Amino acid sequence: MTYIDASGMDYRQLNAAIRDCSGDASVTDCYGQRFIGAGLEEGSLSITGTPGNALGAYLNGACIEVRGNAQDAVGDTMNAGRIVIHGSIGDAAGYAMRGGELYVEGNAGYRAGIHMKAYGDKLPVMVIGGKAGSFLGEYQAGGIIIVLGLTDGPRPIVSNFPCTGMHGGKLYIRSDCKKLLLPKQVIARPASRKDMNEVRDYLHTFCQLFGGNCDALLRQPFTVITPNSSNPYKQLYVTN
Amino acid sequence: MNKMEGQVRIPSGCAISAVISRDGKRMTGEKIIESMRPMHDRSNGLGGGFAAYGIYPEYKDFFALHMFLEDRAARKSCEAFLRETMEIVHLERIPIRTTPAITNEPLIWRFFVTPLRSTLASMQIDEEECVTRAVMAINTRIKGAYVFSCGKNMGVFKAVGYPEDVGYFYRLEDYQAYSWTAHGRYPTNTPGWWGGAHPFALLNYSIVHNGEISSYDTNRRFIEMFGYKCTLQTDTEVITYIADYLLRKQKLSLEELASVIAAPFWSTIDRKPPQEQEKLRYLRKVFSSLLITGPFSIVLGFEGGLMALNDRLKLRSMVVGEKDDKVYIASEESAIRVIEPDVENIYAPAGGEPVIVRVKEGKF
Repeated sequence: MTYIDASGMDYRQLNAAIRDCSGDASVTDCYGQRFIGAGLEEGSLSITGTPGNALGAYLNGACIEVRGNAQDAVGDTMNAGRIVIHGSIGDAAGYAMRGGELYVEGNAGYRAGIHMKAYGDKLPVMVIGGKAGSFLGEYQAGGIIIVLGLTDGPRPIVSNFPCTGMHGGKLYIRSDCKKLLLPKQVIARPASRKDMNEVRDYLHTFCQLFGGNCDALLRQPFTVITPNSSNPYKQLYVTN
Repeated sequence: MNKMEGQVRIPSGCAISAVISRDGKRMTGEKIIESMRPMHDRSNGLGGGFAAYGIYPEYKDFFALHMFLEDRAARKSCEAFLRETMEIVHLERIPIRTTPAITNEPLIWRFFVTPLRSTLASMQIDEEECVTRAVMAINTRIKGAYVFSCGKNMGVFKAVGYPEDVGYFYRLEDYQAYSWTAHGRYPTNTPGWWGGAHPFALLNYSIVHNGEISSYDTNRRFIEMFGYKCTLQTDTEVITYIADYLLRKQKLSLEELASVIAAPFWSTIDRKPPQEQEKLRYLRKVFSSLLITGPFSIVLGFEGGLMALNDRLKLRSMVVGEKDDKVYIASEESAIRVIEPDVENIYAPAGGEPVIVRVKEGKF
């Protein structure tokens, strides 16, 4: 394990120090340095402090764990690996994510999972322990987003305009979603046993990371949202 | 010769930070400068600035005009012009410290003024309107002179440079304010001149802004009907005038201002309680030209408080946190943590949700 004190380092110096490590690294006193662990393929990186925007962008196999909150665009275009946040995250988490896993203990900001996609054996997964801001899963094209709503506060589990432009993938919300206004191009239904079996492993990992009883969680009512293939986007913008 | 701001348009991020003491405890400028450091890469060195409230208690009844002046002649013209309608009780150069990071500075002066009672009586206007008109006249008609701050017991300090360097240049450790706002600029539509740095200010209102509004021309055409002159082609200037128009002239509340400039979508209004619906519809219809579209996060400074606001789609980041009597607002959480590691209740306000913080009554 290599220990890196990030205080006084700019993002280039910090990322160079991380790349020069052989094996695992622990970064302390992090204040806003961007692109931490970008493209990292192996090993694990633990961070205390507040990492800057685009943490783990293009991550390609490594594990990143943050003791604290993270800012915007966590896991931007990540391809493989795992990011664990013991706190909340800012806007556009998992932007265009195409593989790997992102676990968040707290809340997510706006546009979590925007343009998430899947291909072949690549299936990105994002689990948000708390609540999600507006435009959750905007333009989602693949992968799995799970929102658990386990944090307190007056906000709804999912704010306005979720699933806008969704055309692939699956979104799980631990709620009956009666008050949620959804676009016409998606279908919401109560999660079946089969649906829950699909995400059992991810919820199990979530509970291992942050605590909680996985079996109890699995018994709660979840709603699954998927694109409505009988009401496609065809002719939404132009007649052709 | 390089073209001035307002003569060139460059179509193409910024950093904001603010702190306020709800108990009205005054703070020097050092902390707010420190808070800008982790966000260094959000700006590109073409503008930085600060607004400070409560800094001139000895002149608190006078308007403090901060000016950029090209030469001595411009100062003389300004002085003569102001003396026609105002009494100048004190004038001096604003103290600066030379640094290689800040170059080509104009002459920077402050005038403490009060409009003459006889002028106000004959023109049938109040002192704020008198000062506003004088500032608009100087900025459009007096060559080489630009007033960038004109409130009471507050002041803006701005320059071309990174915010850390601008704070050092203006010796902000020598000022004591109950609230500070700060900005690091990455000019997108204009080349970046001293006057175009943020904060933009009119009377006691000041704005720092991260974003780029797409409704600029719609907003400008509307606001210029009421005597405001947008001289710099920069969106933040128009936001400042909108705030002044709606708050001072139309007497809207801060919450109503937020409902005009970051109006909720019609579909969101439809889901509100009936009375609220009626009010929101009214504001959207009457002030439709003042809806600000495109990405923005702003902090509006005013006498005794701050308001933070994001555009309704929340296309820019902003977080708020608190600790004891202080409330912190910044583009990034790191900017708050670096000056207050134990900050509590950190959260990101929703798009269009104003966060209003006031100093307790009688404490400023």
